[in-house]
Amino acid sequence: MGGFSQMKLAVNFLTIGLVLLSLPCGSYTEIPPKPPGSVTVLPPVKPAGGPQAFPDAENSNLPVFTMNYPRIQVPFEVTLWVLLASFAKIGFHVYHKITFWVPESCLLISIGLIVGAIMHSVHEEPPAVLSYNVFFLFMLPPIVLESGYFMPTRPFFENVGTVLWFAVVGTLWNSIGIGMSLYAVCQIEAFEVQDINLQENMLFAAIISAVDPVAVLSVFEDVSVNEQLYIVVFGECLFNDAVTVVLYNMFNFVAEMPMVEPVDVFLGVARFFVVGLGGMGFGVIFGFVASFTTRFTSNVREIEPLFIFMYSYLAYLVAELFSISSIMAIVTCALTMKYYVEENVSQRSCTTIRHVVKMLGTISETLIFFFLGVVTITTEHEWNWGYIMFTLLLALVWRGLGVLVLTQIINPFRTIPFNFKDQFILGYGGLRGAISFALVFTLPDSIGRKKLFVTTTICMIMFTVFIQGISIRPLIEFINVRRTNRNLETINVEIHSRLIEHTISGVEDLCGQWSHYYWKDKFLKFNNRILRKILIRDNRAESSIVALYKKLELQNAMEILDTVSGDINAGSSIVPLHEEKKGSGKPKRKFVAADLMNMHDILSKNMYKIRQRTTAYTTKHSLPNDSRTKEILIRRHTSIRRSLRPGSLNGPNEAKSQKYFSLPPGKSLDSKFPPQRLRHTGNDDDETMSEVDYPSARSRFNQPSRSSSRAMLPLRRLNTLTEVPSSSVVDLVDERSGGRGAWGRGMSRLNSSSSDSRIPVPRHDPSNGPDNGSSGDHDSGDHRPEGEQQPLSPTPAWAAEPGERDDSGTQKPLLRPQWKTRKP
Amino acid sequence: MGALQSLPDEFEYRDLSEKTGFSFEQIGILHKRFKQLSHNEDTLRRDDLNTIPDLSCNPIRTQIIEAFFDKRNFHQNGEGTVQEISFEEFLVVMSHFRPPALDMTEEQREIIRREKLRFLFNMHDTDNDGTITLEEYRHVVEELLSRSGALGKETAKGIADAAMLEVASISMGHMEPDEFYEGITFEHFLKILKDIEIETRMNIRFLNMDTTNLCK
Repeated sequence: MGGFSQMKLAVNFLTIGLVLLSLPCGSYTEIPPKPPGSVTVLPPVKPAGGPQAFPDAENSNLPVFTMNYPRIQVPFEVTLWVLLASFAKIGFHVYHKITFWVPESCLLISIGLIVGAIMHSVHEEPPAVLSYNVFFLFMLPPIVLESGYFMPTRPFFENVGTVLWFAVVGTLWNSIGIGMSLYAVCQIEAFEVQDINLQENMLFAAIISAVDPVAVLSVFEDVSVNEQLYIVVFGECLFNDAVTVVLYNMFNFVAEMPMVEPVDVFLGVARFFVVGLGGMGFGVIFGFVASFTTRFTSNVREIEPLFIFMYSYLAYLVAELFSISSIMAIVTCALTMKYYVEENVSQRSCTTIRHVVKMLGTISETLIFFFLGVVTITTEHEWNWGYIMFTLLLALVWRGLGVLVLTQIINPFRTIPFNFKDQFILGYGGLRGAISFALVFTLPDSIGRKKLFVTTTICMIMFTVFIQGISIRPLIEFINVRRTNRNLETINVEIHSRLIEHTISGVEDLCGQWSHYYWKDKFLKFNNRILRKILIRDNRAESSIVALYKKLELQNAMEILDTVSGDINAGSSIVPLHEEKKGSGKPKRKFVAADLMNMHDILSKNMYKIRQRTTAYTTKHSLPNDSRTKEILIRRHTSIRRSLRPGSLNGPNEAKSQKYFSLPPGKSLDSKFPPQRLRHTGNDDDETMSEVDYPSARSRFNQPSRSSSRAMLPLRRLNTLTEVPSSSVVDLVDERSGGRGAWGRGMSRLNSSSSDSRIPVPRHDPSNGPDNGSSGDHDSGDHRPEGEQQPLSPTPAWAAEPGERDDSGTQKPLLRPQWKTRKP
Repeated sequence: MGALQSLPDEFEYRDLSEKTGFSFEQIGILHKRFKQLSHNEDTLRRDDLNTIPDLSCNPIRTQIIEAFFDKRNFHQNGEGTVQEISFEEFLVVMSHFRPPALDMTEEQREIIRREKLRFLFNMHDTDNDGTITLEEYRHVVEELLSRSGALGKETAKGIADAAMLEVASISMGHMEPDEFYEGITFEHFLKILKDIEIETRMNIRFLNMDTTNLCK
């Protein structure tokens, strides 16, 4: 908890610091004349008085010390705000239970409220950054890009009809319904809001129909509700942003018209389609262009990610230029290019892209929520009980009705219909969020009751985010919504998923019924025949089964590697001890585990990562879960594995597989599978090789004369792993080996067994590459009996598992057993 | 559209509907399709299915077609294969793909699960000995991967072997070195695929709309 209090202190300090800092800046903001009319504009560049504010007051000598705050004011304040919001986020995550029960958006708003209160108490204006242009050109794109990029593609396309149905028709339903009934409410004299006309009501209704259930999605993620529900909520929130913005622009235009004629309604409908479909078209075009570009970026890895951002932003801007739906454009652009780009770019660029997309999106959203809190306190409100209460009520009612009615219509078309529980959660999960707030805050001042609208929207957001957002987790658990197990990472499951898909599409062909499998089938064919050839540099179609198989195989190899290298590392420094106390004592597993964890970290930081076939679901605030898939540098991995395999690995493996499946001797499972993913290491070759060839003075030095050169080679190679980020593991080892002897004995045993069994390794040259696999195996086959004949004492179970793996026992079936079933 | 005259009457439809759970419209449409495939015969042969152009790209075409001629998929205790099937059998096989009802009890769900998985299991288990042997498994994986280009048979073998090892380690737990895992039984099959939620995945939405004209 020390960290927590420290963090809190830091946050508080920063808050105070920020407020103090903004004191002087407030006085400077007075200097530029505020442009009349527009809401708030980025404080413009300083007035004509010259850059200096201070020197003028003094004489004309060369100033020794000057301060030019106005010059840096805008970026400075923005930076501070972002920092403050980020610190707040750190603060929440220090103590996990808070974010478990209270959605993050609530916390952000709360912090914003506190900051706002402080600012209010010192009569400080909130920073004038959130204007219409700033919001639409800088804050919104990252948010939607993030959602679009991390959209789980497969479930989305499986449910695309329902998603669009809810997003488009649902939003229209809500806007029109709420707008009309609010207009009716306005006619009641007692509320004194008769001056709000129909257009303004509709505009306002469009604004508050934008659902933004970030909080709900993260809860869904935690309790893993069924896929269909998740994707519908996810897609709805994404696409109804687009619909809302279109409606907003339309009504904004209409609200300023004195009279609305019937023909305008038709034009509006037509425009609605032009805007939506046009946006999609632009998105697809830019997506393909981006994919095509990344085909040629293999030599400029540094700026590879940049293309992704620039193209998506360009799609957004061009769509804005033609005033068609820019959100649609950027979302479809991201969806289109994601698949191809991730094939084309290097693994590092891929990670970078994901990180940056995630980061920008999170920051934007954090800022908006934070700002919402601040504005709630500092802005002037117009409180009208009747209007606000009726808005809350109507929004709830229309949302509920909409979900009920729309599901009744869509259910007959769904393979898996939504049951009543799903519908309830769907309706209840309609939180309002950042988009609504930003839209209402950037309303033009010409709207008479803007203040009332702002107040009402803030109430709406507060109500939904705090009450519904907090209560949805208990509710889901209480009514027991259908859930989906998403940790399906066994080969069998993968094979059978594919088998089912193929069977279904086959049977559909047979009986002449079409569904998404049919279209998926057709699209895949088109994709493989044409698109991939054009857009992807190295167009080898890869089956998902193979991808998963590779992943699992490497995971297992990693584990073994972890174990072995950890042991060897430890062992290499204790060899003297080992000589003294040969063959005694029991293994101490505690240290092994700790050491393993270290090795694990090191490996996962430095090694090649197997590309995931599908993205996991993500919340808005976290990267897709990559921690499970270990990163492995494939070249290093194969060389190490090869060096390990002949003796210790292959022997039992073969014996076993012989028994089970009558594999021919000398062949193991993994030899069937030459690693094919070398292309990604292409650029990293030089680094890799230099690391591999790294001469490890330490291990050489530590080798007692007894250890043969044969045993030394793998050691040396493995030691390089630890050299890369730090030598902490080895240091740790050295230090402990000095202190205690007990575990040393254990380790020494391990060392002996592992090095003994490694004796027959015929070649160690890592530069031989993977293509010598078959010959290496052959050798191993010849030498294996020799290795087996070594008297092996009852093996300590030195394949101690790192702690984090214990939940995934079923996941590494491939090579695990032979470590345990080894018998003396 | 000469098929229309030879459609069975209402009574036969009711019988079929009770047996398979399809609605009358669906049966009508499927019957049309059946006639279309069988060239207006009363029975359907393998060759009729082999020539469907839409199906020709499906990697597991043979398995799918075999499933239609497999007696095990017609009723509980069937065995062996037949040369030609009537419309009723065609419908019964199709009925394995009917989507589940909206509200099911856990028991119903379990029954549907077993039924659908049994269908898959039968696709693997070609010799009907109650286990999927390694050879059979390999064969299916090879077929599955046969469309993905450069991958050789060796890869498919490796994957099938790994998958088999996985089944062995999941279903048998710790095995002695001299133990022999001879194949996947249906119980093990249920166990390894228990997470896959097959009742929501192995479904076809049978339309009430006639699409036969559009299909090749």
